[in-house]
Amino acid sequence: MAVLLDTSTRLLVQGLTGREGTFHAKTAAAYGTTIVGGVTPGKGGTTHEGWPIFNTMHDAVAATGANASLIFVPPPAAADTVMEAVDAGVALVVCITEGIPTLDMMRVVTFMRGKPTRLVGPNCPGLISPGKAKAGIIPGHICQEGRVGIVSRSGTLTYEAIQQTTRLRYGQTTCIGIGGDPIVGTTFVDALRLFNADPDTEAVVMIGEIGGTAEEEAADLIRREFKKPVVSFIAGQTAPPGRRMGHAGAIIAGGKGTAAEKMAALEAAGVLVVKSPAEIGAAVKSVLG
Amino acid sequence: MKIHEYQAKAILARHGVPVPAGEVAYIPSEVGAIARRLGGTVVVKAQIHAGGRGKGGGVKLAKSAEEAEQIATEMIGMRLVTHQTGPEGRIVKRILVEAGLQIARELYLGLVIDRATGRPVLMASPAGGMEIEKVAAETPHLIFKASIDPATGLLPFQARSLAFSLGLEGGAVGKAAKVMAQIVEAFMATDASLVEVNPLVVTAAGDLIALDAKMNFDDNALFRHPYIKELRDFDEEDPLEIDASKYSLNYIRLDGNIGCMVNGAGLAMATMDVIKLAGGEPANFLDVGGGATADQIRNAVRILTADHNVRAVFVNIFGGILRCDILAEGLVAAVRELNVTLPIVIRMEGTNVDAGKRMLRESGLNFTTAEAVDEAAAAVVKLAGGR
Repeated sequence: MAVLLDTSTRLLVQGLTGREGTFHAKTAAAYGTTIVGGVTPGKGGTTHEGWPIFNTMHDAVAATGANASLIFVPPPAAADTVMEAVDAGVALVVCITEGIPTLDMMRVVTFMRGKPTRLVGPNCPGLISPGKAKAGIIPGHICQEGRVGIVSRSGTLTYEAIQQTTRLRYGQTTCIGIGGDPIVGTTFVDALRLFNADPDTEAVVMIGEIGGTAEEEAADLIRREFKKPVVSFIAGQTAPPGRRMGHAGAIIAGGKGTAAEKMAALEAAGVLVVKSPAEIGAAVKSVLG
Repeated sequence: MKIHEYQAKAILARHGVPVPAGEVAYIPSEVGAIARRLGGTVVVKAQIHAGGRGKGGGVKLAKSAEEAEQIATEMIGMRLVTHQTGPEGRIVKRILVEAGLQIARELYLGLVIDRATGRPVLMASPAGGMEIEKVAAETPHLIFKASIDPATGLLPFQARSLAFSLGLEGGAVGKAAKVMAQIVEAFMATDASLVEVNPLVVTAAGDLIALDAKMNFDDNALFRHPYIKELRDFDEEDPLEIDASKYSLNYIRLDGNIGCMVNGAGLAMATMDVIKLAGGEPANFLDVGGGATADQIRNAVRILTADHNVRAVFVNIFGGILRCDILAEGLVAAVRELNVTLPIVIRMEGTNVDAGKRMLRESGLNFTTAEAVDEAAAAVVKLAGGR
């Protein structure tokens, strides 16, 4: 099994006709993902690379029976695009776009209150359920269907964890890049709950970074109810305070959000915390045998 | 993005927040002229993008225009060091001259996005004029908060409740609630990431005035606020960081001697961590992004080697969309073109890694390749001459 994404996923791509949308839709389709069409306002009724294009998400969902959407739309329009997908009622929305204003994301979160859609991202590599489907930009060839759930705030560090667990032949159930922004749709807590309920996920790798308190909230959940071993790495142990380290969310502000605090909270919750990303694979081996 | 105090006050004033009468100046004679116009006692305040200016000698009272001009003569061009500037400090180039006030009380107001709830949170404290981090750590019961629902904005009862928590009475309650509403309005209208009024003073006459103000803005939203973008002060930024930003490279200069070039912010931070773990010190954070072009790679190499502290370079790339052979090609070309003689340790993984490594080996340049991150870090620390 996998979480959020599997062979029953019918994916629409918002922004399919753009350069990135085209490239990643084709890559995802080649990986075996069922892509049913795209949405680009003003291009409805045309086809692109064989896929039907619609003007609105409502039209697209009605015509294709899509249950998920993947977004490659530039930052100024991205929040509106997410809300359109939510309004159309798809179960899963994955937003890859980097650089969405925080206040726009705040409106998105407010709009989504009480609605059943799950948003992953923005500013994330998306997700992949190896051997089944992918919605995003994680390279499929480094993945292997298997036993480990991976959740991460960082793109390339996710790939490190994937590669190491593939090399050791544990493989992954689902890999979720939750994104590096201050406000994201899916948090570590959300992802951990999904992995906890997935019978095929035997262990979880959680990759955090400085800024915010999402890792501390995850530690709290792990201590209270998580049943599976967790391995964690926190990036930014040596980051200077007050500087935004690339990701909009990766900043130590007001003395809070340091790697040391996060690592201590996770260790206290029984998580195996590694100091170097190179140790992730070995740590998974030590908890899974 | 950060702006100066006088700029933040101008924005807040536009939204109705009362601020002291004052003007900004760049030379001592202007400071004197402004002080003369204001009359009476004035406050001469150095404008740099850092807090703690008072303790560092960047805020002084002057009883006359002559004294204000004298203070400005000493202040302009001085290297102001505060707990937020680092030991190198900042050169003072702009001075804010303001009318002095009779202060009865000092309060604190701050507005940020609370990441846990995804909403703005307004913070108020009767312990104004102090460092709020210190108040939060030592006397957390003196910080009062109101979470703002984006659908309704700050509600009047929330503002009143905070005003009562500050110990205000009578007409001051309504005045404080109004200032709070204006601060929230300014925050939302400008896509701010932080508004801080510290202190918000109650004057002897019972007025509430923003004596100091700080505003930071969401870089991702600057596209829709061109007038705020214009407030950027390049004198407050590292020249190499400005250079990097022109090529969409995320570069932050640090104190060490190992230059880093990495794709992805998380991996870039992790690379700094493993360098430190191996006993070295990173000279920078540098994220070239997911789809770096040959031009970006050349500029990245140029910028990180322009830091004269750099003794060795660590390139750590996980090729996803960015293919390793493309990176290798760009790197070889850049190193040849720029005549870089520093040792470069490269660790690559991912798409087309074998082709990439072969190109590096066959280039005949001063490259060392490594398989694992730790191994690469140990090698680069050694090449940089240890600690």
